[in-house]
Amino acid sequence: MFSRKKNLTSTHWRTAANAAIAAVVLAGSLVDPRPAVSETTLLNVSYDPTRELYQEYNVAFAKYWKQKAGEDVTIQQSHGGSGKQARSVIDGLEADVVTLALAYDVDVLYQKGNLIPKGWQSELPNNSAPYTSTIVFLVRSGNPKGIKDWSDLVKPGVSVITPNPKTSGGARWNYLAAWAWARHKYGNDTAAKDFITKLYKNAPVLDSGARGSTTTFVERGIGDVLLAWENEAFLATKELGEGKVEIVVPSISILAEPSVAVVGKVAQRHGTVAVAKAYLEYLYSPEGQEIAAKHYYRPRNPEVAARYASQFANVNLVTIDGEFGGWNKAQAEHFADGGTFDQIYVPGR
Amino acid sequence: MAISAHPHPHNPSGRVLRPAIQESALVRRLLIGVSVVFLVTFLFLPLAAIFAEAIKGGSKAWIIGLADPAAWSAIKLTLAVALIAVPLNLVFGLAASWAIGKFDFIGRNLLLTLIDLPFAVSPVISGLVYVLLYGAHGWFGPWLQSENIQIIFAVPGIVLATIFVTFPFVAREVIPLMQEQGTEEEEAAITLGAHGWQTFWRVTLPNVKWALLYGVILCNARAMGEFGAVSVVSGHIRGKTNTMPLHIEILYNEYNFAAAFAVASVLALLALVTLAAKAAVERYSLSAPATAPAEPILIVSNLTEEPAR
Repeated sequence: MFSRKKNLTSTHWRTAANAAIAAVVLAGSLVDPRPAVSETTLLNVSYDPTRELYQEYNVAFAKYWKQKAGEDVTIQQSHGGSGKQARSVIDGLEADVVTLALAYDVDVLYQKGNLIPKGWQSELPNNSAPYTSTIVFLVRSGNPKGIKDWSDLVKPGVSVITPNPKTSGGARWNYLAAWAWARHKYGNDTAAKDFITKLYKNAPVLDSGARGSTTTFVERGIGDVLLAWENEAFLATKELGEGKVEIVVPSISILAEPSVAVVGKVAQRHGTVAVAKAYLEYLYSPEGQEIAAKHYYRPRNPEVAARYASQFANVNLVTIDGEFGGWNKAQAEHFADGGTFDQIYVPGR
Repeated sequence: MAISAHPHPHNPSGRVLRPAIQESALVRRLLIGVSVVFLVTFLFLPLAAIFAEAIKGGSKAWIIGLADPAAWSAIKLTLAVALIAVPLNLVFGLAASWAIGKFDFIGRNLLLTLIDLPFAVSPVISGLVYVLLYGAHGWFGPWLQSENIQIIFAVPGIVLATIFVTFPFVAREVIPLMQEQGTEEEEAAITLGAHGWQTFWRVTLPNVKWALLYGVILCNARAMGEFGAVSVVSGHIRGKTNTMPLHIEILYNEYNFAAAFAVASVLALLALVTLAAKAAVERYSLSAPATAPAEPILIVSNLTEEPAR
């Protein structure tokens, strides 16, 4: 009996071994092998609303780089809340370049990860912010709640959608724009803090990124007003077709400067420093500026800006440096552990 | 199914026997109605909605959504991760349940608890522990970086997180059965002169094969559908480290609903195939005892088991 079984046992073994080998081979064939040496790959780690912008820009840059350097370059994209993305890069996400929502999130790559030099912001023109934006309101069509300015957001029964300032760059711009308006209106920080407290009492959900908030407002139909990047607000009105939501421009807003940087340590390891630098520099070229303007970012280039001038409302814009003494100070005062945001925000109210 | 409240005719004592079901027809229908409404609202409608949304834009939009290289790479990555994670968990689950079910040793309860850990821990934690271990600033991060090995935010990290999350499925299915079956059959086989491996292949494994298959199917379903832990370690690089669940979220957030639901429909289809396989396994395993004793050793084992019952 057992002699026959011995044969069967080895058959079992062979079947099992074959199945295991087949699984491994199949799995191996499904995972894309590393790109061939001749092809250069860049990873651009960006924030939430830039997906459409970089989709188009990557194609344009690949074409430009092929002409200039004769090299094929593939650009990979990763998007999420700006603060979360910075955290991932520090934890080892192999970004050759970062294009984040604000300077502080890039600066943590120096402060906490030592991945970029201290003076990164002066390596490219305009504080390393190739395009700017601002914060506007998006309301339901016909503006049923009659929202015209920041003061309308704290009225009872108005539901405000904004992301979480701890993880989202756009949310921090929202918060600081509101604070700046209140300080100008009431004259001091105590009153501004009071205003912000009331504002966040009217915020039922805090998504982790700007795109999540847009989806909450537009797709799930939650809330009366969305505090949004200007470019995101334009995109939402365009994507939904005219007539479902409309943009309201407040009396005061903030000049948002999304910053970009080559992640030196990673790019050096990948041998991609030159192409990564060119990738960011091309953002300042007329072509790059044109693409940014097309996606509703405010271009830096005066000629491109003049051509798209009618697209952007003329808002009184305060700056982070002038109003809050720079990002490091603003971050420490407002968004760090125990900062004003932690003091005023009580979830679930 | 007729239920009678009258005393049973063959019941000499004349005592009123309680019927199996006492609830009135109204209550019963109400309960059934509630269950049906619940099932339709929470299970059937969402599933139907996925397929309705997927085909809303027509077959062309569906194909365009799936033909996108990023979608295709997400599908391949999901399948690859399942193909690695499931066999490994099969081997581990079987080994662990064999040790726990058939032997008594110090640390047995600890091992049992450890196997349950991934069930108890939130998927976010499951992902974060790997960032803490293998991230750039994690325990092994600096060494991995000097060796140019990328684990987190790359395919290996996704595989690790998936293995961790799907760890208990096979073991949890097989352990109770092995414990219930005891060790008599193995002892009989060894008495008859079988070696360790022979006993395993000819006695232990055939006895648990249906539970094992069931565990593998559940493990596979979870491996393909896992979102939380994978989201933490993925890095969300389009066309490279996005599995299907992650890619669906990204497409949805890009207002690309046609493509999002196209990929979602494929993922749901994979789940339905898995469920169909599960149903088939259940049916076969129920009818199996009638056909199984074709092998002599099983007859012997049935004989040894019979008197105990």
